[in-house]
Amino acid sequence: MNERTDEPIVRMEKVNKHFGSLHVLQDVELAVDPGEVIVVIGASGSGKSTLIRCVNGLEPFQSGAIEVDGHRLLPNGGGGNALRAIRTEVGMVFQQFNLFPHRKVLENITLAPMKVRGWSREQATDNARRLLDRVGIGDQADKYPTQLSGGQQQRVAIARSLAMEPKVMLFDEPTSALDPEMIGEVLDVMRELAREGMTMMIVTHEMGFAREVAHRAIYIHDGQIVEQGQPEAVFDNPQNERTQAFLSRVLRH
Amino acid sequence: MEFQFDWQAAFNALPYLIQGLPWTVAIAGGGLFIGFFIGILFGLLSIAPSRLVRAPAIAYIEIFRGTPVLVQVLFIFYGMPQILGGPIDKITASIVAIALNAGAYISEIVRGGVQSIERGQKEAGLSIGLSKAQTFYYIIWPQALRRMVPPLGNQAIISLKDTSLFSVIGVGELVREGQIYIADTFSALETYFMVAMLYLVITLSLSLLLRLYERRGAAGRA
Repeated sequence: MNERTDEPIVRMEKVNKHFGSLHVLQDVELAVDPGEVIVVIGASGSGKSTLIRCVNGLEPFQSGAIEVDGHRLLPNGGGGNALRAIRTEVGMVFQQFNLFPHRKVLENITLAPMKVRGWSREQATDNARRLLDRVGIGDQADKYPTQLSGGQQQRVAIARSLAMEPKVMLFDEPTSALDPEMIGEVLDVMRELAREGMTMMIVTHEMGFAREVAHRAIYIHDGQIVEQGQPEAVFDNPQNERTQAFLSRVLRH
Repeated sequence: MEFQFDWQAAFNALPYLIQGLPWTVAIAGGGLFIGFFIGILFGLLSIAPSRLVRAPAIAYIEIFRGTPVLVQVLFIFYGMPQILGGPIDKITASIVAIALNAGAYISEIVRGGVQSIERGQKEAGLSIGLSKAQTFYYIIWPQALRRMVPPLGNQAIISLKDTSLFSVIGVGELVREGQIYIADTFSALETYFMVAMLYLVITLSLSLLLRLYERRGAAGRA
């Protein structure tokens, strides 16, 4: 585990975001420590995906600021070079994997280290093979993404992000598009990452996984963080009635 | 009334018609080659973030898609010399007409191809640290290009047939050679039949090549 320092690696300060008349994020304040694993839960449309998509600038916001490892994003896409700097340090895993279908698995992983970090092909390839072994699919390197199962594709996507040696990993419902029997293999990889001390922000509906892995659970409703705390506290003894209502709906099945 | 199809006359026409074939292919090929680059340029400009950049590109596309090739080539061949102060070679005029006309359609093919790539591809490229330009070049464009192949093949066939209109300005392409031959022999039925066959030979070969390419490219990919 990384040592938890006092200085947060991700800091959101009074972040507000609007989609037209919809107020998607309202005065969001959040500080994430290095090595911390945060799960973000909430109903669909609550703004939980938007929240983590703001962290690497995939979504602009209208007021406030977001700082990642000293790089500061400003409203409306402002912040100059900070955006590029943040994206090289923050990995993201998407619900739909978003692998590059025209490139082999190995090339999906080597692309960014070669083009962004300037690594040689040999160095990038060695690293990619090591990462594929680590996520348990070293034998799939020369296939195209569509030849893999959903669970394998998502593990490639995780490896692709890890290849940039990120300091923070964002997960946007990483298992929601998977067949049930493949969810476990992806969660195993994420569990391992958490154990090794990766800073992670995870939007998920996997409550059991959240409870087991997260240091902190955040419940978001109508773009506001209405409750947060240790997962046990939030799940077992929610204080806010909206959290109670949400959890009673998702935990019943 | 009785008619006879004179196969002998048809085959007699062939060596004569063949002389027009290189012009048909050269004008279509040259025009499409230039049109392809025009199409990439204006197709990309037509989806630029800035309206100031988009507007002229869209204007070009609408003008050359919305007027007939025949009018375009007449304008270039007979009209432009009045502006330029000197005559334009009819082959040049023909190639320019195909290039501008096909360019407008190819612009739309390019736009459609690029816009058909899922948003998540761009997001994935940006999220691993690629710049917008790198994301376009390495991620979006190669996938868009693959999707553009069938409509580009379609456009090639259309432009090839459009060259038949240039008989009007006296270009010695297939149709023009046919007309001259008929003026001598009066065998319109047989000659135009052979002209049609020659077009079919080219377009069918093109279709076949495209099908082979698509089948090869499809293996194991999305």
